[in-house]
Amino acid sequence: MIYDALFAPFAEFTFMRRALVGGLALSISGGPVGVFLMLRRMSLTGDAMAHAILPGVAVGYLLFGLSIWPMTLGGLIAGFAVALLAGLVARVTVLKEDALLAAFYLLSLALGVTIVSLKGSNVDLLHVLFGSVLALGDDTLLLLAGISTITLAVMALIYRPLVLDTVDPGFLRSVSGSGTPVHLIFLALVVLNLVGGFNALGTLLAVGLMMLPAAASRFWSADITAMIGISVLIGCLSTFGGLLVSYHVSLAAGPTIILAAGTLYLVSIAFGRREGLVWKLFPSPHLSA
Amino acid sequence: MAASAVHFSDLTLGYDRYPAVHHLNGIVDAGSLLAVVGPNGAGKSTLLKGLVGTLKPLQGTIGLGSIKRQDIAYLPQAADIDRTFPLSVFDLVAAGNWHRKGLFGGFSRADQHAISDALMAVGLGGFENRVIGALSGGQLQRALFARLLLQDARLILLDEPFTAIDTKTTADLLALISRWHGEKRTVIAVLHDMDVVKQHFPQTLLLARETIAWGDTVETLRPENLLRARRMIEAHDPHAAVCDRAA
Repeated sequence: MIYDALFAPFAEFTFMRRALVGGLALSISGGPVGVFLMLRRMSLTGDAMAHAILPGVAVGYLLFGLSIWPMTLGGLIAGFAVALLAGLVARVTVLKEDALLAAFYLLSLALGVTIVSLKGSNVDLLHVLFGSVLALGDDTLLLLAGISTITLAVMALIYRPLVLDTVDPGFLRSVSGSGTPVHLIFLALVVLNLVGGFNALGTLLAVGLMMLPAAASRFWSADITAMIGISVLIGCLSTFGGLLVSYHVSLAAGPTIILAAGTLYLVSIAFGRREGLVWKLFPSPHLSA
Repeated sequence: MAASAVHFSDLTLGYDRYPAVHHLNGIVDAGSLLAVVGPNGAGKSTLLKGLVGTLKPLQGTIGLGSIKRQDIAYLPQAADIDRTFPLSVFDLVAAGNWHRKGLFGGFSRADQHAISDALMAVGLGGFENRVIGALSGGQLQRALFARLLLQDARLILLDEPFTAIDTKTTADLLALISRWHGEKRTVIAVLHDMDVVKQHFPQTLLLARETIAWGDTVETLRPENLLRARRMIEAHDPHAAVCDRAA
């Protein structure tokens, strides 16, 4: 019974197993990236950048059809271009990054959808916008696993300066010139994960497995390391739960994964050990010193 | 004669071509304890930014001799610390080890003791595991002094370290500054409280974009100098011509 509900779908169907592996890979790298996006107050930046990759993907699609490598490459180029541009402009001028990205976001979405509809059918458009997590090929899985691995390695490399650049950028500037490069490397990781997420979840939901678990983790811990772990865990649970629900109830898989993450986010807001709403209603007595 | 730690020569620092520090010349002796005072907008913070290297001179040079970047510790004015960031006091203070630990260096038992000792020295013993968001303004300032302790720097730059800090904390932190002075470190502090300057700082630079007076504190802080500093700042011309003063 429990086996039927929880494990049989994955044991029985290859496409479910592939979806699970792809989603887990995305969750593992999306966790740390999402937590830092949130702590650097760039939650909406991630969303905007997810849209910024769309025109690149669309050009790849226009030239080569629904094929993973050209679309991924196009997305990477567009994403890096926008991220570097926005990052540099924000660091060098008085313009704030969010103002720039808000403009890019609208422009990119409109441009991307226009390019896709030049050639494609509505099915292709749906694939680009919402992904196809139940149709992950070998290439896509390798891409997702590769992105996950690179992300974890690079995050380990830039962890200390990234934390310092977020908490106390003035201090980091006074001891080291690594602030700007670290910021740009981090933006590159964001793009990489969004392009990965795009393959499974589409441009509109790619950011979901990054931001929702990260935002939820804040309600469970006040320690950055623990928050990263918790957000990875929430991402993995969402992937697992979302796929199962979508299988049993016949819902679209990608959106259901994001809905599962959203549900865990709402649960965290309500019951989270730190500042959860329920705990605020029934506060524990304060300590004596 | 003491060796010089810092040598300003015809130094002009500023923003958008407007000078904030104008044609500054002078020497800070190694091991000296120098207060920098002056009205708001006098270029005091700008001078420290120039020293730490985050602001490039518009003209002139800052000679630092054998002092390298890792020999300078800098506490900015109202440090722009994101106090909502989930970081422990221990980790914040541990960042003072940056030059010795870099990206990957591990923290030995001795390093951990050094951090605890530094916290103890600033009166925050036992605060290691608190998150920085739970600290009061004064406690955070104490923690930042603990980080300065760990930086073990030859040149220490403090930008209004006692603003909004109570008397007790100020006294404790001043004791630390005296200790640094005793250890022959060079300390340059931007300050507003003239009583603190008179009591604790033998040397003072009175700055109002240009040097008004520099030397012995009592001499420098004479009323006519202070008045001149105030007048100097009020004369701001938005349509100023290019400065053609010779070096």
